[in-house]
Amino acid sequence: MNAIPPSLGDKTAKAVSVDHQPLYADRVRIYPQKVEGPFRRFKWAVLVLLLAIYYLAPWLRWDRGPGAPDQALLIDMPARRAYFFFVEIWPQEVYYLTGLLVLGAVGLFLVTSLFGRVWCAYSCPQTVWTDLFMWVERMVEGDRNARMRLDKGPWTAERIIKKVAKHATWVLISALTGGAWVMYFTDAPTLVVDLLNFQVTGAVLFFILMFTATTYLLAGIAREQVCIYMCPWPRFQAAMFDEDTLTVTYEDWRGEARGKHKAGDSWEGRGHCVDCLQCVNVCPTGIDIRDGSQLECIGCGLCIDACNRIMERLDLPKGLIRLDTVSNQVARAQGGAAPFRLLRPRTLIYTGLLALVAAVMMYGLATRSTLEVNLLRDRNALFVMLSDGTIRNGYTFKIINRARADREFILTVSGIEGATLAVLGGSSGSRAAVFSTRPDQVETYRVFITAPRQSLDGESTDISFVLEEDAMENGENVIQDTVFLGPKR
Amino acid sequence: MATKVEKDSVTGTETTGHEWDGIKELNTPLPRWWIITLWVCVAWSGVYIIFYSAIPGWDGLWEYTARKDVTRQMEAVKADRAKWLDRLADASIEEIGKDSDLLNFAMAGGGAAFADNCAPCHGSGGAGGPGYPNLLDDDWIWGGTLDNIQVTVTHGVRWAQDDDTRITEMPRFGVDELLDKDQINDVADYVLSLFGGGAAAGNGAEIFAENCAACHGESGEGNAELGAPRLSDAIWLYGGDKATIVETITNSRGGVMPAWGTRLDEVTVKQLAIYVHSLGGGQ
Repeated sequence: MNAIPPSLGDKTAKAVSVDHQPLYADRVRIYPQKVEGPFRRFKWAVLVLLLAIYYLAPWLRWDRGPGAPDQALLIDMPARRAYFFFVEIWPQEVYYLTGLLVLGAVGLFLVTSLFGRVWCAYSCPQTVWTDLFMWVERMVEGDRNARMRLDKGPWTAERIIKKVAKHATWVLISALTGGAWVMYFTDAPTLVVDLLNFQVTGAVLFFILMFTATTYLLAGIAREQVCIYMCPWPRFQAAMFDEDTLTVTYEDWRGEARGKHKAGDSWEGRGHCVDCLQCVNVCPTGIDIRDGSQLECIGCGLCIDACNRIMERLDLPKGLIRLDTVSNQVARAQGGAAPFRLLRPRTLIYTGLLALVAAVMMYGLATRSTLEVNLLRDRNALFVMLSDGTIRNGYTFKIINRARADREFILTVSGIEGATLAVLGGSSGSRAAVFSTRPDQVETYRVFITAPRQSLDGESTDISFVLEEDAMENGENVIQDTVFLGPKR
Repeated sequence: MATKVEKDSVTGTETTGHEWDGIKELNTPLPRWWIITLWVCVAWSGVYIIFYSAIPGWDGLWEYTARKDVTRQMEAVKADRAKWLDRLADASIEEIGKDSDLLNFAMAGGGAAFADNCAPCHGSGGAGGPGYPNLLDDDWIWGGTLDNIQVTVTHGVRWAQDDDTRITEMPRFGVDELLDKDQINDVADYVLSLFGGGAAAGNGAEIFAENCAACHGESGEGNAELGAPRLSDAIWLYGGDKATIVETITNSRGGVMPAWGTRLDEVTVKQLAIYVHSLGGGQ
């Protein structure tokens, strides 16, 4: 690794030199400057794509038949269902959500170990909305220098108008963000009509206002403070890094010793860094990348764009700041080159984990049953002796019909001779019982099995319930093993 | 107080000026907004104290207490239940059985009332015990239809304060010397034989016909209207071994159940009857 760069100590250089020390630091305002280049273009493209997905996804429709919502992505809290295209999740199946989160986490680990902080740089909502809000700021108040001038200057009419316009636009975007968030939890077209008629419930309004407020505060006011002070990810993402991870790197062996450069001066005996501070000025978190890899760096690469423009102008090779690995930097400093290694134990393990979790998830979804049967044996009393000396056991069936159709099931019992089956409020004394289940419902049936005492194997007899779907094709069958208890011989 | 800020030569960070055995503390100040957030929270706690009941004896400006809240919620639940209870009160017990929503409500209410009032004797699952009838089986001393159960629960059994209580009295054949020991022994053997428990000996059948059949029926089939238990089945309230039967014939039995009509309202009794009927033995 690099030695501590000499400039690190300069970070707080402008701080107090009088006879008191602050216990609390004022926030250093950041005025990121406009920049153009491939990294900036990529950041814009991802931003537009992600925002488009966020705002448009709730409008996708998916036909699930009558009685079911037709929104492709919907988390229906009151009805306790979550819909994701063809998948419908009940609260009991929350492990799919767990699987999704595990998948997301391992995917993040893999991408981070390969390409560094691309999540922070391009796709984190904090980054996306902060970038959008900074764009608004630049449109209204102008670029870095104009903004700094405006903030230093007096409260003129122009300043007031610009500030009001900026904050109003921010609030508007925040409100749209909050509104779109709620659309994932309720039918989007209905919500829009209700909003236009001022007919939303207090709960909907509360959540819209809450997400409006958090968007405004986090993307407009807090910005890089979220990344530096609030977010846990920068603190442990370094654990996924190794010497082959791409990070935004300043080539200090080429750049130092830095200094101002006049046209015509020789480049002999000095570094290529002309100390123009362009990399600092464009940084959305306000750091100096030349100080080395640091927690505050979100890895967006805007400083690379800025530096390359200067290098181009000076006719020097590009890439004084570049997206590079530590091992390549070490090699380059000595005139060599190290290949970028995609396949490393670390990435292979992450890929393997990712494939494993994905396979388990796919298997789970593919074999997901639309029928679930819970069988509860009566424990109080364990058995009942009837007047004719036969023994009766009680069972409760909970049949979860996840299909959107009426279904009928035929229940039979085996393993005990001469057993008869009775359903509370239904058939009695028969060999089989019929359960009907309504679509998307849990139905509960009480079943009594009565058997002559001589056909029991002592206190406990193994029996099986077979629940057969009464359907022409693709019927589901469930076999439930349980016991039938009786008195001691 | 130091007059000049000292900078640490390694990190370039200022020190706080405090020194312990040559070790100096670096000053890494918190962001100001952080401390502002803390003070806002402290101020908020003041608001909380004023509006909520934080001070004993004073309910705060909003006069909100958790107890009041729970009372209000209980009243809301009661009001919500009232609709159902009104429907239950109007419906006959047979009508309730046909309306599945009403039935579910009655079952839930009946279950709760059962646990509160009946479980001490009949058991939480209704399985009873010696002297306390098992409510799960299909043998009913006073009849197992919904109406029978409702009457039994309302008026009790041998409950002197209730004029309509279920009452019957079996003679104390031994204590009052209506039968001698041998006769009791014979008739007990005969009773046991009614459900295949050994052979009848002596003149048990004749004694039974003369003394017992009037209530228990000629073949011991019982009579629910008189509260005479059926003897020709596998179920025994006090026990089905010979010694217990001899004891029963000698001393008689007379279990008592309170009349719940005076303690519970009519709708609750209705729900109880429906619940007990559904336990598995209802007729």
